[in-house]
Amino acid sequence: MQVSNLLVSFASLLKITTMENHKQYETVFIMNPVLSDEQVKECAQKFVAMIKDQGAKIVFENNWGMRKLAYPIQKKTNGFYYLVEFTAPGDLIARLEVEYRRDERIMRFLTIALDKHAIAYNEKKRKNATEKKADTVA
Amino acid sequence: MASEQIRYLAPPTVEVTKKKYCRFKKTGIKYIDYKDEKFLLKFVNEQGKLLPRRLTGTSLKYQRKVGEAVKRARHIALMPFVADMMK
Repeated sequence: MQVSNLLVSFASLLKITTMENHKQYETVFIMNPVLSDEQVKECAQKFVAMIKDQGAKIVFENNWGMRKLAYPIQKKTNGFYYLVEFTAPGDLIARLEVEYRRDERIMRFLTIALDKHAIAYNEKKRKNATEKKADTVA
Repeated sequence: MASEQIRYLAPPTVEVTKKKYCRFKKTGIKYIDYKDEKFLLKFVNEQGKLLPRRLTGTSLKYQRKVGEAVKRARHIALMPFVADMMK
């Protein structure tokens, strides 16, 4: 009886630690403006699929579309922005960033870990956005 | 007379300095978003350089976060590293 209790507590402990390994991240990448709309979609989809494959959960995706850059990157003044928010084990990030560097279509990327305030802020922002949308429709 | 009060030729200018405060502490903002470049514009000068705390009144805790957010915004090309007449 005692042994089984111990086992249960150990299992719950293990569960907690594995959950803690899954931090929430946010990644933004800028794709080359010479790509066609389809290529942009395909490129973004490739990274989203990659994140999904590695045991991560997508929280939010947002395509910012074509935007003007504040300064030229690779002699380009525009770029396609794409944002993905996800929870994942930490070792995914290194592999993801290697993939970013290998891909010629990606001009710039940024991945950050979100703390609890950031998560709350993002959720609030999303909620406001959906409410606004609902208002304009109604 | 000795009892006469001092008279000024020009009215003395008394400087009424408004006390600076940390806007993040006052309004309860906990997270500074690097994607909101219009907001971050308040913390840089026309050249795109970070303003010191003594001008903006931000507390040290949030000044660090402002710096981090501005640097992230620069990396992802939402804000320039160097600029002229940003505002």
